[in-house]
Amino acid sequence: MLKKLAATMVATFALSTGAFAAGDGGHVENVDFSFDGPFGSYDQNQLQRGLQIYTEICSACHGLKFVPIRTLSDEGGPHLPKDQVRAYAEYYEVFDPELDDFRAATPNDHFPESSLENAPDLSLMAKARAGFHGPYGLGINQLMKGIGGPEYIAALLSGYTGNEKEEAGTVLYENTAYPGGYISMAPPLYGEDVEFADGHANDLHHLAEDVAAFLMWTAEPKMMARKQAGFVGVLFLTFLSVLLYLTNKRLWAPIKARYKQK
Amino acid sequence: MSGIPHDHYEPKAAWEKGLAKRLPIVGLLYDTLMIPTPKNLNWMWIWGIVLTFCLALQIITGIVLVMHYTPHVDLAFSSVEHIMRNVNGGAMLRYMHMNGASLFFVAVYAHIFRGLYYGSYKAPREITWIIGMLIYLLMMGTAFMGYVLPWGQMSFWGATVITGLFGAIPFIGEALQTWLLGGPAVDNATLNRFFSLHYLLPFVIAGLVILHIWAFHTTGNNNPTGVDVRRTSKEDAAKDTLPFWPYFVIKDLFALALILAVFFAVVSFMPNYLGHPDNYIEANALATPAHIVPEWYFLPFYAILRAFDGDVWVVIAASFLTGGIIDAKFFGVLAMFGAIVVMALVPWLDTSSVRSGRYRPMFKWWFWLFVVNFFVLTWVGARPAEGIYPYIALIGSAYWFAYFLVILPLLGVIEKPDAQPDTIEQDFAAKVAAKSAGSAPSVQPAE
Repeated sequence: MLKKLAATMVATFALSTGAFAAGDGGHVENVDFSFDGPFGSYDQNQLQRGLQIYTEICSACHGLKFVPIRTLSDEGGPHLPKDQVRAYAEYYEVFDPELDDFRAATPNDHFPESSLENAPDLSLMAKARAGFHGPYGLGINQLMKGIGGPEYIAALLSGYTGNEKEEAGTVLYENTAYPGGYISMAPPLYGEDVEFADGHANDLHHLAEDVAAFLMWTAEPKMMARKQAGFVGVLFLTFLSVLLYLTNKRLWAPIKARYKQK
Repeated sequence: MSGIPHDHYEPKAAWEKGLAKRLPIVGLLYDTLMIPTPKNLNWMWIWGIVLTFCLALQIITGIVLVMHYTPHVDLAFSSVEHIMRNVNGGAMLRYMHMNGASLFFVAVYAHIFRGLYYGSYKAPREITWIIGMLIYLLMMGTAFMGYVLPWGQMSFWGATVITGLFGAIPFIGEALQTWLLGGPAVDNATLNRFFSLHYLLPFVIAGLVILHIWAFHTTGNNNPTGVDVRRTSKEDAAKDTLPFWPYFVIKDLFALALILAVFFAVVSFMPNYLGHPDNYIEANALATPAHIVPEWYFLPFYAILRAFDGDVWVVIAASFLTGGIIDAKFFGVLAMFGAIVVMALVPWLDTSSVRSGRYRPMFKWWFWLFVVNFFVLTWVGARPAEGIYPYIALIGSAYWFAYFLVILPLLGVIEKPDAQPDTIEQDFAAKVAAKSAGSAPSVQPAE
């Protein structure tokens, strides 16, 4: 009864949940991000590169309205020095209802909203898209690969084929990662769009992955703390289980001894 | 409290006697904790503790989340992000609450299947079963309303679809739906009342849980043999039972710790595995998601709801006989709620005098088919309603009803049950003997 039920439960649990993510999405390849899997962590340098790409390119149209600028100095994130974050904040203008006017942003402000009406906010994009549902639609590989959100972003940014079509007055661009195949966003990256101070590689694929990693951080800024808490919790509970198992065994031993065969 | 003869609490010190005269609370707690429990309970009897823990976990994490959440259509989504980013431990707290709902339903389904297999619903435990079904219904309502609160795309569209079901009721449907929503569509009034009820219902559940426990403490626990505890004397009862504390408390806590280790791993390493990515997009009444899918624990019933479309002959017949009052949509709603109603009525639908499925050779097969069918319905509920999926859903739904309405009533008549042990002690002794023989092969087999 027990084992059978447990086995079927696990199997279908996986079946049903993996099915959630099932959709008619485009083609998304796995990227070996540093933060994948239970042991993975954000690559601070990659997040800083991603921030630069976001600032110089994406932020022209898109916003990050849920992300407070001060969190750029958080540990487990880009971890920029506080004075750099203060200087960075001044780059943006925000509307202050108390002044009834625009002013330079401070670290306590959030990133601005999207400036283009049909450009979605990117704060949570890496969690709002799922690239992986496998194997066989079970979704179990999410444990090691993540749900595929940043992979989707990277695939989208490097998935333009160069073909265009016009529909109802809008130009649509063919993209292998986008569900439906045509997206209204013009190719934002071509490679070598951004120069890094440390001379890091800036071809299209590197740029796409770096900004995808940064957007994973904006969507899940507490991932490091969460995984850390996970290890403490799982270890503690496993240890507690062992102790309780032994206690239980000892407690029942005299009861069972009465019925054991001589 | 229990009908099984056992030692009761005797106040000894003067203050104990004084308190017992005025408020016999110590005796109540003592008798509850020391209740004689069948020795032979197996590991499927641990889910009650897991469920109690889940309720406590959801209430405690929920109360803290409410301190930072704002139930308003313009602020709800960003207040959840505020919890995830700015509140100390907020991300962990919210992920625990989110996944806690899933653990709650894993446990409740295991608990229900346990009851169905071992005949825990049969006399004299019908009231325990009915209260349990009420708790299950309230859990579904609470979980559904809780899912609306983050005000993501699935929250909004899930609420729209599910409240739309009430609109399918003939004559009063539309008025009822408007009344439930507090307006013509899902909006701020809906969010506010769902928030209010999501906070209230867990406490109603807690009250029902006390009744649930009270009821089975009065009848005594069922056990894997379904055989009653001997009540002829205190000595006989003691041969079949052990006090709940410490024997079952420690056993249950061990199981709970193990389950929580897995739970914690899910919360920490893949917290969004069971959620839907669309719910990280703020609700938008103008953009319908490609697939509206409910949370996994509703999927079997969602499959039953969608199984009955206008092409199914029973639906056509029902529509014809009622002059069109029962259309396909209303039929689906009736089927969905009916699926739970027939399950609640199982104490009167199962005609077999044998409680435990262990001694019912034919029942076993049908039961396991029922379990498999449950999982098939869960799986098909997440699939789009096209191609072969509606047929699978229809067969699955038909089996669900056939199991309760045809198979269980008939089996009691045609099935020849196996021999049951005379006492619980006998079963326990056999189990221990089998285990010790298995673990120590050098030992001589019993004469």
